[in-house]
Amino acid sequence: MAKIIGLPKLSPTMEEGTLVSWAKKEGDSVDVDDLLAEVETDKATMEFRSFDRGVLLKILVPEGVTLEAEVPVAIIGKAGEDITELLAQVEAAGAPRKEAASPRGEGIATESETPSGPMAESAPESAPESAPVSTTGGNGGRVISSPLVRRLARERSIDLGSVQGTGPHGRIVKRDIESYTGPGATSTMLSGERLPPEVRQASSMRRTIARRLTESTQSIPHYYLTIDCDIGPLSDARKAMNAELEADAKKVSLNDLIIKAAAVALRRVPEVNASWMGKEIHYHQVVDISVAVAVDDGLMTPVIRDADRKGITQIADEVRHLAGRARERKLSIEEMTNGTFSISNLGMYGIEEFTAVINPPEAAILAVGTIREEPVVQAGEVVPGRRMRFTMSCDHRIVDGAVGARYMAAFKRIIESPLNMLL
Amino acid sequence: MRELRYREALREAMLEEMERDERVFLMGEEVGHYQGAYKVSEGLLDKFGERRVIDTPIAESGFAGIGIGAAMVGLRPIIEFMTWNFSFVAFDQVISNAAKIHQMSAGAIHVPIVFRGPNGAARQVASQHSHAVAPFYVGIPGLYVCQPSTPRDAKGLLKTAIRSNNPVIFLEGETLYGVKGEVPDEGVEELIPFGASRVARHGADCTIVTWGRPYYVAMAAAEKLAADGTECEVIDPRTLRPLDMGPVIKSVRKTNRCVVVHEHWPYGGPGAEVVDRVQREAFDYLDAPVERVTGLDVPMPYALNLENEVLPTEERVIDAVKRVSYAK
Repeated sequence: MAKIIGLPKLSPTMEEGTLVSWAKKEGDSVDVDDLLAEVETDKATMEFRSFDRGVLLKILVPEGVTLEAEVPVAIIGKAGEDITELLAQVEAAGAPRKEAASPRGEGIATESETPSGPMAESAPESAPESAPVSTTGGNGGRVISSPLVRRLARERSIDLGSVQGTGPHGRIVKRDIESYTGPGATSTMLSGERLPPEVRQASSMRRTIARRLTESTQSIPHYYLTIDCDIGPLSDARKAMNAELEADAKKVSLNDLIIKAAAVALRRVPEVNASWMGKEIHYHQVVDISVAVAVDDGLMTPVIRDADRKGITQIADEVRHLAGRARERKLSIEEMTNGTFSISNLGMYGIEEFTAVINPPEAAILAVGTIREEPVVQAGEVVPGRRMRFTMSCDHRIVDGAVGARYMAAFKRIIESPLNMLL
Repeated sequence: MRELRYREALREAMLEEMERDERVFLMGEEVGHYQGAYKVSEGLLDKFGERRVIDTPIAESGFAGIGIGAAMVGLRPIIEFMTWNFSFVAFDQVISNAAKIHQMSAGAIHVPIVFRGPNGAARQVASQHSHAVAPFYVGIPGLYVCQPSTPRDAKGLLKTAIRSNNPVIFLEGETLYGVKGEVPDEGVEELIPFGASRVARHGADCTIVTWGRPYYVAMAAAEKLAADGTECEVIDPRTLRPLDMGPVIKSVRKTNRCVVVHEHWPYGGPGAEVVDRVQREAFDYLDAPVERVTGLDVPMPYALNLENEVLPTEERVIDAVKRVSYAK
């Protein structure tokens, strides 16, 4: 935004000054503290340095002219910016050499962020209360703050430009930084005092997560079954499939195979693919797998429909597509509701095993750990093994221990012998 | 502990030190037969006789000079100025001789002398007799300057001053002589060292540095502020040269604000010295400019209502604390 630059008061007693020479010409780029001009004051010839960064768009006063302090002398803005309104504003306020009725008012006008028509008209008269007393026609972007506040801001990397000052002339004082809640307002020690926690509004997603998971753990009698599987055959199968898919530039992940295995196992033990609905139990005719996807500040559960009947590559494509939409927060309600069983995988973080919270009204959720390479005993011999632990959380209202265990056994058979998926 | 008046505490200090060391003697106007213009030296003539409690003519320059000479040859005089206003005619003796001899003799000659008497305004003694003189003496290297506020500090500091091997300016107060306060019991000797500030009141919200007569104004103001929830930490430096800033800086680092309250005029002096040190040594801890509540920058008026306005008032202290606290 282009702005009008007034002649600064370069000494406390300066009332007028003679613009001896310009150090920049129109079109020159200007940086903060660049020399703009030499000004002869009542004391001496002084340097007039810029408080702004941009391009010197217009010089309003020729060399050798004597002016009152704060009278507009130049316009600084972005290259090529339209300054006709600002020029009209300068014109309206009177020619630079003429006596300005209210020089301070004009100085303030140059500070205004939006010199639109109406504001430009009212500018010369209006002297906003908040206008800081200043010797350079405004604070020149300077943030006024107490030494204590500057130290605290340094220590906590707080940008003081984003803190509202309530002291004299808008000075930022201790109480302002204590009530500040933006970035940097951390729990660092303040001269022996403990800072209060930073308060943030919970997002609607977080509130939904909080409500649903609290409901789940309070109303569903969870119990947990963990099984350890040899993941070697599945890894080998995946490698073989990916070799086959290489020509199509496609890939399947272990997780895609686990989704398929869990879905097929649900067909084998259909009592787990159910929902407790108060007085009735709904046994689902379809196998729709909810896949937990971590997103910024929460998680979402896009659903892979009919995962038992889909090919692995189709599952892989859908997971990739839906997870992407979840991270972009573009999932439709239909895409993330009405699953019949959930899978949550924290293996990529190195978690060996964990228990997950059931996503109601589903009856179970499968928590997937990481692959462990470790020695196993096979037929009396110690051999290298690749192992993975799966923990299913079950809703005991529907899935009794034996039922859950049967499911886990069926699942293990498929994982350890992937050809079972085809049966 | 027993309670003594400030004048009684001073008298005890002189009496004990004169008993302890026969080189100590008191000299000044009306210190002997009249028993002291303000009865500080009451009874000392009867106890120690005319050789050690010496009445002088009204000739400050003369008896200050005699004292300095006596100190140079091994005695330990206490020179009482009837008020510090009268020290001005002896200024050259104090500045050019007492404060310089030790340095000019390359350390060969000590000047163990105490100049003492009431300082500052009394009540309607007008402009020539109401000077708070600390700024005149505190800037002189070679002098110590004490300005005790309480009877206990008065006694403990005067004993230290009498035992000091260098000249000490000891500033008392006509309105302080009647103030009562706790002093260690007889037989319990307390020497208060120079350069040891005393925290008179604890608080976390604002530091007040004060000494002499306005100490009581500041303490009263602090009580009123406490009733409104602002707890001031009041610190009395007790000696203005050397000036112990340690407790002050520590306090300002805690409170982030500071008000200095003193009787002397605002231009320069120990009050401005405190502000200078605070802004340098606690700059990063200040949340507001340091403020001062001072005697107003005018010759003292005679009229009582005006005198009361010129001296620091509780109201001005409260206002200053509120300003540095950004409170309404």
